[in-house]
Amino acid sequence: MNSFVAIAYVPDTETRIKIGADGKSIDEAEVKWIVSPYDEYALEEALRIKEAKGAGTVRVAAVGPERAKTGLRECLARGADDAVWINSGDGRYLDALATAKALAAAAREGSYDFLWFGQKGVGYDESLVGPMVAELLDLPHVGNVIKLEVGEGKITAHREIEGAHEVVESTLPVVLTAQKGLNEPRYASLKGIMGAKKKTIAEKKLAEMGIPEAGAAGVKLRWRKLELPPPRQPCKLIPADDPAAAAKELVRLLREEAKVI
Amino acid sequence: MKFLVFIEQRDGKIRKASLEALSLASKLAGGSVAAVLPGSGVADLAGGLGKYGAGVVYVADQDILALYSAKGYVGALDAAATKESPDAVLIAATAMGKDMAPRLAARRDVSVLADVMDLRVENGRLVGSRPVYSGKARAEADCGNAALQVATTRPNVFPAEPREAGQARVEMLDLPKIAPRAKVVRVEASESKELDVSEADIIVSGGRGIKGPENWPMIRELQQALGAALGASRAVVDAGWIDHQHQVGQTGKVVSPTLYVACGISGAIQHLAGMGTSKVIVALNKDPEAPIFKVATYGIVGDIFQIVPEVAKAVRELKKE
Repeated sequence: MNSFVAIAYVPDTETRIKIGADGKSIDEAEVKWIVSPYDEYALEEALRIKEAKGAGTVRVAAVGPERAKTGLRECLARGADDAVWINSGDGRYLDALATAKALAAAAREGSYDFLWFGQKGVGYDESLVGPMVAELLDLPHVGNVIKLEVGEGKITAHREIEGAHEVVESTLPVVLTAQKGLNEPRYASLKGIMGAKKKTIAEKKLAEMGIPEAGAAGVKLRWRKLELPPPRQPCKLIPADDPAAAAKELVRLLREEAKVI
Repeated sequence: MKFLVFIEQRDGKIRKASLEALSLASKLAGGSVAAVLPGSGVADLAGGLGKYGAGVVYVADQDILALYSAKGYVGALDAAATKESPDAVLIAATAMGKDMAPRLAARRDVSVLADVMDLRVENGRLVGSRPVYSGKARAEADCGNAALQVATTRPNVFPAEPREAGQARVEMLDLPKIAPRAKVVRVEASESKELDVSEADIIVSGGRGIKGPENWPMIRELQQALGAALGASRAVVDAGWIDHQHQVGQTGKVVSPTLYVACGISGAIQHLAGMGTSKVIVALNKDPEAPIFKVATYGIVGDIFQIVPEVAKAVRELKKE
């Protein structure tokens, strides 16, 4: 039961976002980078499947600049067996399709029952790459997985939708995207961290993965501008010495001023 | 500019988010647009889409489409796109829409302008505004050189605008029989059949300030008075006080309601990422330094155990008038 787990190395959620000089990307100067939280659920589930079966390998892969190797090393420390780093060079933006093509090419180099992704990366928040890889590899996929049962040559997954769960059955191999609630990701042990230093991170160039040099022709999603959200109006604080009066005033404002009730 | 809009239905009911996408497409096109509706026994739903701007609805009606499969539904969407040759495909960014859009896009060698909160047309190209970095920034983006422009629209942001119009013309799609490798075998609705936060116009949320799950009834009283959905912060979900379905935030649901009432929620960045685009935000918290007050429209600093029941009471009295 081999797994291929794609991770994204993204700005820490506590990061204050600053717009870069080009007005189209973030200023990376003080950014702290982390493995995207949803990818942690994906890796954890892949590790659990391997442990439950007592066999199989878990390969982690990332498309990104040099810093992505740090994220891969963290995954190796948690128990992944080896890693592939697809070097996107410094500062090059790849849209989801190009990222998916690179990962699909890497996945074709192995034989996997499970191809794992987080349900979205908390950088661009697009929720695209996993299902795109499934389409490129002509594989079935299940997205937003919160529970997984592995059977003989098939899986039963619970997927979160609005106000319900869809129970989905699929043949193998299958692409899965992990949603919060699937599991509790483990921390790397000291032993794992030491052991990770001896595990391999193979480097691939984008061109090897079939992605051409940067150029307008292949751009399928283009950022024109990046802005901070418009500032909200300052908060109107209602004095609360008398809770009943404060409540009535709030409700009056909601109806007469905001017109939302 | 020619549009094709995907129409989602569940159990014979068309999703409001799809009507929002349809209205938007019709407005951008300056006229009627094409739509596609897969399902089983759903052909009767198609004519009524004329009111929202559909001129023609391609209907894919097969037993196998009674429940969702990517192969079945994306197949129908792809077939309609082949027949119609639109410039752009719009899909509401619901769970189903988000499942379908990337597969259609990869099939057509394009990407997706995903989860837009604003959309316009410039020289035949879509330009959208979308939240990134957990809502901490907005990106204005277009589809580059994509031959087919695929965009998904955030639910509850664009209006669904019915107007005087005739019935849409229905065209039945003749699709081959398929055997999807991944398919939905059943849907388990959440026991309480509650209104989901992602579909609600009004949300009342509880955070750690409610002190314990035994105090949900107080929050629910306000929820009921407002006809709202119930939301929750990550802290109370992680503490086991309520199911993850209710979680609003970066690793929960991202919502854009008209009114968001945050009770005992401090307003951590990750929570704001989930509700920061709400039109009106009310913060009820005893801590005047709580970050939630920086984004709130209205706020009351005080004991929520006194304030929340009073607000519920005031709402009920207002509604009686």
